[in-house]
Amino acid sequence: MGLNMSSSISEISKEVLLDMYYKMILIRRFEEKVVELYRAGEIPGIAHGYIGEEAVAVGVCSALRKDDYILSTHRGHGHSLAKGIHPRYLMAELFGRKTGVCKGIGGSMHSTEPEVGVIFSSAIVGGNIPIAVGVALAMKMQRRDNVVVSFFGDGATNTGAFHEALNLASIWKLPVIFVCENNFYAISTHVSRSVAAKEIADRAVAYNIPGKVVDGNDVIEVYKTTLEAVERARRGEGPTLIEARTYRWLDHGMYYLGPYRPKEEVEAWKQRCPIKRLKDLLLSKGIVAEDVLVNIERRVEEEIEDAVKFARESEEPDLDFVKQFVYVR
Amino acid sequence: MMAAREITYAQALNEALREEMRRDERVFLMGEDIGIIGGVFKVTQGLYEEFGPERVRDTPISETAIVGAAIGAAIAGMRPVAEIMYMDFLMCAGDQLINHLPKIRFMTGGKLKVPAVIRTQYGLYRYAAAQHSQFYPAFLMNIPGFYIEVPSTPYDAKGLLKSAIRDENPDIFIECAALYRIKGPVPEDEYLIPLGQADIKREGNDVTVFALSYMVHVALSAAKKLEAEGISVEVVDPRTLNPFDKRTLIESVKKTGRLVIIEPDHKTAGVGAEVAAIVAEEAYEYLNAPVIRLAAEDIPPPFSPKAYNAFLPNEEKLINAIKKVMKYKR
Repeated sequence: MGLNMSSSISEISKEVLLDMYYKMILIRRFEEKVVELYRAGEIPGIAHGYIGEEAVAVGVCSALRKDDYILSTHRGHGHSLAKGIHPRYLMAELFGRKTGVCKGIGGSMHSTEPEVGVIFSSAIVGGNIPIAVGVALAMKMQRRDNVVVSFFGDGATNTGAFHEALNLASIWKLPVIFVCENNFYAISTHVSRSVAAKEIADRAVAYNIPGKVVDGNDVIEVYKTTLEAVERARRGEGPTLIEARTYRWLDHGMYYLGPYRPKEEVEAWKQRCPIKRLKDLLLSKGIVAEDVLVNIERRVEEEIEDAVKFARESEEPDLDFVKQFVYVR
Repeated sequence: MMAAREITYAQALNEALREEMRRDERVFLMGEDIGIIGGVFKVTQGLYEEFGPERVRDTPISETAIVGAAIGAAIAGMRPVAEIMYMDFLMCAGDQLINHLPKIRFMTGGKLKVPAVIRTQYGLYRYAAAQHSQFYPAFLMNIPGFYIEVPSTPYDAKGLLKSAIRDENPDIFIECAALYRIKGPVPEDEYLIPLGQADIKREGNDVTVFALSYMVHVALSAAKKLEAEGISVEVVDPRTLNPFDKRTLIESVKKTGRLVIIEPDHKTAGVGAEVAAIVAEEAYEYLNAPVIRLAAEDIPPPFSPKAYNAFLPNEEKLINAIKKVMKYKR
């Protein structure tokens, strides 16, 4: 897979690299806390963990401007944090509190904060892809140079929505980047049993757009590939499909669903931890001293504790409160 | 005052689109065959020429992408009016239509609004069989989160469409193919019709006929004939199903004490079922006779014109039903 991590890192500023490290740690610790609180019964409903896939959200969002947009999925905590939603508001949402990013009405799967570029998250697999195309259409019609990223999983590339949306985005040359997080399993079904194409990126061929495969556990490679796609989109040349190969360490949701993945496979992917890879690189290249990274980790621990405290102390919405958000009256 | 000019329902819709596109540059159209040929029903005729391919967009046959892109454009500040050629094809976009369009504002705690209009039509009397004739407004009425317009006249079509485009909520705007060529008075001057206001199309004292979409015309014709027999019929046209104007319905039933419903959708769990339930809950003591519902049979629309005509309610059935409620004695 493509770029050599160590040779290309020199072009990236230390500030960006440290922010990547911070965001990846933030997502990891956030998700670990979510698992803990979910099991303790404090977080209700359903939630899907992003542990193991951090390099995709962070690599992609680091290549975007604040006013560029992303659309996220049911497995969206990582995207939200990477694009800049404050962990307090995301945690409060998971708790179902009024202070949450969707006022406690949306829950885990619908994070939206247009001010930081999280314009919508859909929990229907493939559902955000046509909507992303519409956001990109609006950017083009408004003569704005913002780009739009649609995140989705390998499973979404088997939906009709994916194919209709890629076709439309290509014929209209819209500024949208389709980021497929290929974690190889749609719940329990392996891509080898569900995707007819040799590679998901090959599906781009049918729509006459570039299709790129990247190592989704290599934040640098994800970042650089996204930058190219962003530049192409801003130049008005249309969409790109990026297939980022990664792996979720947790099950589909918060429950164990059965032995559909070999233990050795899970362990092998854990050895390829995206955070450890970045850390090793930063240290071996002498970009930062270890204590800088330790300080980042400490800061994240504090932010997570603060987010949980904030969520716990926040008020729950009642039925009358939520009723006011169905219609604009 | 000068009598208003008469134009067709299709022309009235065309004027609404043209005026709103001139008024607000965020308004744009997309749909199958709406541009170069002006739509298969000619509703968008001339708009491609006036506004160009950027604002009148011919799309691929991709209903999911059409409705999805309309949603995306709307949340990003545009005012899309998407056309789905036949109501039957709405369900090709079922996920965007049901899981996204009416949910987005709510799920985001009011952070987003989706001012998109989805225009469609049902193929009444087109003899086009079961995949080009469906009308299922009650199913949509059962989904909170979007408004539903069902105009029956050129006047209502224009005023409601303009209001729907300006409204901040998503709308499903359901036209009727059998009405496109009917003519009616439409003022030259601009006007809007508030969403959620039923219209009494004819005043009467003896029986209320709640008539939906095309059936308003059937009801008006029946009312005229019954007038000669001394029966005074009031015709209530809901115009929008969401918001639903309960008050006009209830007030009419309180006045007449009798209710007959005529609707071109299926009977079981149809719009009339909801209307009858509202009246049972809120005006039961005013009823002098049981409510009668006349609706399409509970079978898919057949092709055979003979069978199809019998499958729908009609004027004769309505007149008989009205006479029946008039004769009813407790």
